[in-house]
Amino acid sequence: MTDTRDMSMIQAINSALDVSMARNDTVTVMGEDVGFFGGVFRATAGLQAKYGTHRVFDTPITECGIIGVAIGMGAYGLTPVPEIQFADYIYPALDQLVSEAARLRYRSAGEFTCPLTVRSPFGGGIFGGQTHSQSPEGIFTHCSGIKTVIPATPYDAKGLLIAAIEDPDPVLFFEPKRIYNGPFHGHYDRPVTSWASHPAAQVPEGYYKIPLGQAAIAREGADLTILTYGTMVHVVASTLAELPAAEAIDAEIVDLRSLVPLDIATIEASVRKTGRCLIVHEATRTGGFGAELAALVQERCFGSLEAPILRVTGFDTPYPHALEWAYFPGPVRIREALRQIMRD
Amino acid sequence: MSQGASDHHPEPAGSNRPRLQLHVPEPPARPGAIPDFAAHAIPPAGATPRPDPTTPAGEMRDLAYGLIRVLDGGAAVGPWAPALSAETLRRMLRAMALTRAFDDRMFRAQRQGKTSFYMKSRGEEAVAVAAAFALDDADMLFPSYRQQGLLIARGHPMVEMMNQIYSNRADRLMGRQLPVMYSVKEKGFFSISGNLTTQYPQAVGWAMASAARRDTRIAAAWCGEGSTAEGDFHSACTFAAVYRAPVVLNVVNNQWAISSFSGFAGGEATTFAARGLGYGLAALRVDGNDALAVYAATQWAAERARANHGATLIELFTYRAEGHSTSDDPSAYRSADEAVQWPLGDPIRRLADHLIALGEWDAERQTAMDLDLAEQVRLAQKEAEKNGVLGHGLDQPLESMFEGVFADMPWHLAEQQAQMLAEWRAAGLPDQVRRPRNDGLEGHGAGDGQ
Repeated sequence: MTDTRDMSMIQAINSALDVSMARNDTVTVMGEDVGFFGGVFRATAGLQAKYGTHRVFDTPITECGIIGVAIGMGAYGLTPVPEIQFADYIYPALDQLVSEAARLRYRSAGEFTCPLTVRSPFGGGIFGGQTHSQSPEGIFTHCSGIKTVIPATPYDAKGLLIAAIEDPDPVLFFEPKRIYNGPFHGHYDRPVTSWASHPAAQVPEGYYKIPLGQAAIAREGADLTILTYGTMVHVVASTLAELPAAEAIDAEIVDLRSLVPLDIATIEASVRKTGRCLIVHEATRTGGFGAELAALVQERCFGSLEAPILRVTGFDTPYPHALEWAYFPGPVRIREALRQIMRD
Repeated sequence: MSQGASDHHPEPAGSNRPRLQLHVPEPPARPGAIPDFAAHAIPPAGATPRPDPTTPAGEMRDLAYGLIRVLDGGAAVGPWAPALSAETLRRMLRAMALTRAFDDRMFRAQRQGKTSFYMKSRGEEAVAVAAAFALDDADMLFPSYRQQGLLIARGHPMVEMMNQIYSNRADRLMGRQLPVMYSVKEKGFFSISGNLTTQYPQAVGWAMASAARRDTRIAAAWCGEGSTAEGDFHSACTFAAVYRAPVVLNVVNNQWAISSFSGFAGGEATTFAARGLGYGLAALRVDGNDALAVYAATQWAAERARANHGATLIELFTYRAEGHSTSDDPSAYRSADEAVQWPLGDPIRRLADHLIALGEWDAERQTAMDLDLAEQVRLAQKEAEKNGVLGHGLDQPLESMFEGVFADMPWHLAEQQAQMLAEWRAAGLPDQVRRPRNDGLEGHGAGDGQ
């Protein structure tokens, strides 16, 4: 085991890229502003200086082009890790991702594959307005042939990103940018916290990976299962911790970490144990990944359920700017759902 | 065309400005009309200068508005005339004629109900075949769906192509793709998508990777004039220019995108080659029915790419002599005489005339070759049909539907696979729809039909 040090999620992602590039000279980082500047969030800082412009380079502002070019590079034999600067900008690349990257292995019967890892900051809570706040993961989990991974801690971010880069198939790696620099308790009116004192910010300097498709139990509990991922893992944990003693709930938080492939065994085991299931995500509700989770849980655990499955999600509106904290599925809304699901 | 629409609108209050008009393009001739090619200026063969392939793009912009032509009757004239041996010319002619014979046979197979779909390339054989001759076999091709001539020219067995068209038991793509959406890695032929022009940025990316790895191979891509309107085209041209990618970007301007004439892709206002100028790309406009011009232009662009002078956009000016596909009826939207009267003629006839003028070919040899090729295609078809035809499609192993979505099958696909098989078994169907695979025909390509 290599030495560990305190890392923010950004530093852990940077370290994962560095480690991957050092181990495999086909790993190629590309995207808007990722080169000399090192990315608008600094995730690629220092990589161009270390690995050169053939392996880390800035691109024109065309997400369609970035992904299309990366697919071609993958077909050549490289391992591209393109960055889409904000997940809100991914839509021009939708056809290249959904019709091309996700289907190349299948349609060519394995002649050509697409070992792509698309990194993209997603989610709100940063006053980003409608174009810097969205959570589009449900669009991609609906499509066959592409994996979707979302870390919630620096340790997981590094281990999952290395696994994604080594995966032979296309992976969307959505980075919850609200927790790039510290876990988020969900309160807009309190000081921000840093990763410094968090146990999951102790990250090995060297190589390790976390298999895709394995959830983590972020908090063990007996009375309620909460299925969530990304920023909301921390918001849910804080909300539980802040409940008045009389309302305390021994809830189990399942941090899914990977939506496709999904760790259904961990989900099933937890819901069978607790008999209740709450789903929390920041993305819009209708047709979102929470709907899929709810369907899976009721299909598989119906006999164990003691209350209807509930969802706390973003509303089905565009992500607002000024009203961000009314939109965000924060402690107020989570607490209300907790009361309802424990009462039923 | 309906100028009367303005009659229904009231006079704008307080304005004496002329009314605006929306221009909706119309092709020069609809069904029943006499074809009109007046919009197409055809310069004489041999008139277009040939700059050195390393010339800066800005110093040869006229090439995007001209038309590189070499064949003049039987003669090959001007600076673009390539010095090809008679033997090479005959091989090129043969590959073009074989492409046409293959198309004719597969079109009939679709009409006979042996498969769902087919797309002919009649009139565009030179676009693919001559380009394949000008590129190295190791160069990577990112085709659209009407460049089957690339595979024929590279010697891919017809039986394999037919197996794919039939989605039969020997189809290397396991029946997953619409007919003609080939993928042939060992021939440097990228998997055809069917979504338009997605292959353009992919080709640029492949070429960028080749350059980044200090390789020597280049890439080439093809799209139609209609799909130059797609964003992918512009993304690809931008990337190609920015990184001077070693790629040849071909636009096959065959005048028609299903029923939409080239005006709906912007062809009324400028040429498609001129699209390249705005990006700073070298741009050539070529008579696509002139195999020698296609060869020369492709060879020029390849040389430019290999010398690290970047990408070239080539407009291949040609005509789609048949329907878009077996699902199309061009008599419903264009003049039936257009194909016959196309001013740039037929690419096979023109190359044959050149060989005849050289004293290297004659009508008897042409007839013998056509008979021989038809027979080879017939034999290949017979061989391919031993592996089955599409039929109900269920001769593919049912469980294979779930394989290859990912390298490793995740639980949800395994579960759906098991459920499907259980449902079919419960209904007593699998044995009825699945023929045994022990007929000795496993594997690819029961033989080379060529």
